Amino acid sequence: MMIPSPWRADFPAIAALQRQDQTYLDNAATTQKPQALLDALAHYYANGAANVHRAQHLPGAHATQAFEDSRRKVAQWLNAGDCEQIIFTHGATSALNLLAYGLEHLFNPGDEIVISALEHHANLLPWQQLAHRRDLKLVILPLNGDGLIDLDVAAQLIGPRTRLLAVSQLSNVLGAWQPLPALLAMAKAHNALTVVDGAQGVVHGRHDVQALGCDFYVFSSHKLYGPDGLGVLFGRNEALQQLRPWQFGGEMVLDANYHDARFRSAPLGFEAGTPPIASVIGLGATLDYLTGLDQDAVSAHEAALHDYLLKGLEARNGIRLLGKPQLALASFVVEGVHNSDLAHLLTEQGIAVRAGHHCAMPLLKSFELAGAIRVSLALYNNSEDLERFFEALDQALELLR
Amino acid sequence: MTLPVDAITALDTFQQAASWEQRARLLMQWGDRLPALSDVDKVDANRVHGCESQVWLVGTLQDGHWQFSASSDARLIRGLVALLLARVNGLSAVELQQVDLADWFSQLGLGRQLSQSRSNGLNAVLQRMRELAH
Repeated sequence: MMIPSPWRADFPAIAALQRQDQTYLDNAATTQKPQALLDALAHYYANGAANVHRAQHLPGAHATQAFEDSRRKVAQWLNAGDCEQIIFTHGATSALNLLAYGLEHLFNPGDEIVISALEHHANLLPWQQLAHRRDLKLVILPLNGDGLIDLDVAAQLIGPRTRLLAVSQLSNVLGAWQPLPALLAMAKAHNALTVVDGAQGVVHGRHDVQALGCDFYVFSSHKLYGPDGLGVLFGRNEALQQLRPWQFGGEMVLDANYHDARFRSAPLGFEAGTPPIASVIGLGATLDYLTGLDQDAVSAHEAALHDYLLKGLEARNGIRLLGKPQLALASFVVEGVHNSDLAHLLTEQGIAVRAGHHCAMPLLKSFELAGAIRVSLALYNNSEDLERFFEALDQALELLR
Repeated sequence: MTLPVDAITALDTFQQAASWEQRARLLMQWGDRLPALSDVDKVDANRVHGCESQVWLVGTLQDGHWQFSASSDARLIRGLVALLLARVNGLSAVELQQVDLADWFSQLGLGRQLSQSRSNGLNAVLQRMRELAH
């Protein structure tokens, strides 16, 4: 069965990689970019770069206009409603750090922060370090056998001392949607703030942050076919009022004296320094491109590819999947084969997949694994990519066994 | 500086390899031939950190020449480590300081095979050897 991608030609890097005999299947790490984004970056730099929100001149006005247009597009993409609820940061990691520092004043010793066992480092370490600074308890929600957060245990662990719940929507290792509605409801019942890490989730399907009902939603542009160096933080107006500025400088200030200052409210008050202007404009172009696609067709394509991937892995001996991946990716180990050896031989054959701990060391340790191989898909992948991967996998295993 | 005998053998062997499969097979052979480390040596104190896989290293000084033994739980890494040992065993502390890791692996035709993380790992092994010899 052939599964062609009708969008493959929209991403020029795929053809370039193919000319270098490279099959790119590391999309959960970062994605290739659509031509529409390349055009937008070239247009911005070729037609006059300028700083935003400060200059009175025409180039500055154009840049600010394009920048704020992107904010509107992001708000639409997430169905966030008010654009003022969209803050641009330097990445998802930086957005989560902003939250961990900007909300710090709300925590008292003994308060609890709840995260899950599958969090990657970006949604673990900022909270872990906040817990150290404020003498808080970091509570870890365990997973069930399918790699989903165990709701029965969560109901026990989320309680009156819970001040904040921070969980991933879709794990970068296990590829399964987490039961967010139930978890968010438990947190809200105890008046805890809710943070959703959408770094992986935002790339697959469309998500409505109002329907989801979280206080904060975080994602990074580069995983969503956008430029790097840019993250997005959505915050509900009421929740943003509790967030204090974290980084200082640039246009986030309202009034400054030598010995004191007052700061803007969201979003500008949280965008210290010159923002990644070109990247913000580029993300807007990517979202225009993605909005123009038939979302149902994209989802169906991704589902068909994922099914093809799982069937191929299941057809081979000795392969053990991590969790029960539902979409986007599959992580696996091979009995008696070191993941580093397999990664080495896949690399030799031009297969770009990820090996190792996937920035989720505690999760891998809970599986008693030092690492795993992860194949992750994007809308431009096709069944030939997976065929090449399977051929390389068979070759590698033949050599290693 | 003249190369140790094992290093010359390694060069002769690996420079003949024409395909990635051959290189992989050779690497595994070299790894398999590496004398096993005893469990006594496979302890945390001998672990080299910074490698994708677990690597253990011990060294002894005999008449001014260093002899290292090492192992890894990954076969290809063990092969790469064996090639590093072939290059350094028998050297003096001063000679050890002069070993150029990247140059050695590119002479073997394995420059392209060394990903950044792998090369960092092997550098960590070489660094540990230098510390032991210091």
